[in-house]
Amino acid sequence: MKDMMTVVSNRPIAHRIYELVLSGSLVQHMHIPGQFVHVKVGATPLLRRPLSLCDINQKANECTIIYRVEGAGTTLLSQKARGETVDVLGPLGNGFSVTAAKRGERALLVGGGIGVPPLFELAKQLSQNGVFVTTVLGFQTKHVAFYDEKFASFGEMYVATVDGSYGMKGFVTDVIRANDLSFDVLYACGPKPMLRALANDFPHQQVYLSLEERMGCGIGACFACVCRVPHSETAYKKVCSDGPVFRAGEVLL
Amino acid sequence: MNRLAVELPGLSLKNPIMPASGCFGFGREYAAYYDLSVLGAIMIKATTLEARFGNPTPRVAETPSGMLNAIGLQNPGVDRVIAEELPWLAQYDVPIIANVAGSTMEEYVEVAKRISKAPNVHALELNISCPNVKKGGIAFGTVPEVAAELTRAVKEVSDVPVYVKLSPNVTNIVHMAKAIEQAGADGLTMINTLLGMRIDVKTTKPILANRTGGLSGPAIKPIAIRMIYEVSQAVSIPIIGMGGIETAEDVIEFFYAGARAVAIGTANFIDPYVCPNIIRDLPALLDELGVDHISECTGRSWNNGSTVHCGA
Repeated sequence: MKDMMTVVSNRPIAHRIYELVLSGSLVQHMHIPGQFVHVKVGATPLLRRPLSLCDINQKANECTIIYRVEGAGTTLLSQKARGETVDVLGPLGNGFSVTAAKRGERALLVGGGIGVPPLFELAKQLSQNGVFVTTVLGFQTKHVAFYDEKFASFGEMYVATVDGSYGMKGFVTDVIRANDLSFDVLYACGPKPMLRALANDFPHQQVYLSLEERMGCGIGACFACVCRVPHSETAYKKVCSDGPVFRAGEVLL
Repeated sequence: MNRLAVELPGLSLKNPIMPASGCFGFGREYAAYYDLSVLGAIMIKATTLEARFGNPTPRVAETPSGMLNAIGLQNPGVDRVIAEELPWLAQYDVPIIANVAGSTMEEYVEVAKRISKAPNVHALELNISCPNVKKGGIAFGTVPEVAAELTRAVKEVSDVPVYVKLSPNVTNIVHMAKAIEQAGADGLTMINTLLGMRIDVKTTKPILANRTGGLSGPAIKPIAIRMIYEVSQAVSIPIIGMGGIETAEDVIEFFYAGARAVAIGTANFIDPYVCPNIIRDLPALLDELGVDHISECTGRSWNNGSTVHCGA
């Protein structure tokens, strides 16, 4: 589905990190955390930008997207003011399995940098289902950290920064080890080395990983975002349409 | 009268709009957005003899008004395309143009022989111009004698008309087109992507894992128009034009240059509905231009308005 959505608000919440609230009927099709929308910002740049859903508010007909200003497309997006429209295709992809964690079980949510946003809607839905949510957020440094307080409202929340300027100095895996965090289901989104470390640390547990990859079409037609699967020379999964969320071990990281 | 209907060798098209090979997979993804039967034809993803994984990622990079891709002919191999993809496509009332690729003459011939027997394959498109495979592909597309020899070999085994997809990465595209016409090709499709490259300013390294890739999108449209303009005056076989088409106006521009049908590539990635939207927009544009039938537009930029009739 494709529609024009209207900007409700668009504001910086950390260094180069923006929170964009969009309104439109597409929201009624958005249900699953970890899904993304493919956004065409204007006549240029040519291609859409895949951005994951951070918060879905069916009642208000609004969704929230958090993005980092990286290049021409996201710079233009950051200049969109309230009332302006953006061309949105979606929701796309397969999101997190919310039902993998049952009432009374413990879910550990691990986010790295701009991988943090999709975990927010996930935390919301898991909490509503009576799942105990613990969050570990990893950032490069304090001034790019965001949504830490929001995640704290769902349960225990830990932060790691690479330079030690906020929370524990080190990586998310250091926080998990130092605090001996245990869980029934682990959900993660972030850079590949982080996902790889988590998959290696917990080979025998339920682990769901959301991948990021350069995309073309976002719907599975262009074969830009494929990844390999274990034990095959030719088999593959597409991050956009088979993922972006996979079970650990399902694809090679 | 269907003002958009076009007759080409092997192809009775209800309209001259088709998705270009490599930009539409085998149609499954777009079938979720609209009824594929509205399309004039579908050029399916390049098929090789064996399954190919293709190149490592990143496989795409954006450029001003365009994109570079280096997918590397990822496909499940000809036997699975015949067993799984073509029968699935048969539920739609749309002729299929099968894009045939390979690394050796023998591979092209074998793929062509097998896939041309599928009931819904109405024509082949010989992919002699893919810039993203290490072996073969581009060599067949840059040496006229080699391209001619390949065309003859495939014509001999194909049950359906053979179109050859021209590479723009040549010094003289007219020489190439004439050699292929003389070798017996039923038509030409043009243009494939232009070889290009982007380098990451921070890492100092190429963005594409394959280092180089094929440039497509609106950036290459003027090159496609110029090449079709030149080739259509030099050969008498029909041309299916492609290269950066986004709108009905772009389609007419390709017809004026000399195309008899067109394919839409990169634009599908930006708007999945682009093909049906163009088909919807064309009749009103023909009214505006005072044209009864779209075929009247072919070659108008050089033939002064007289209608061209061709082989089919």
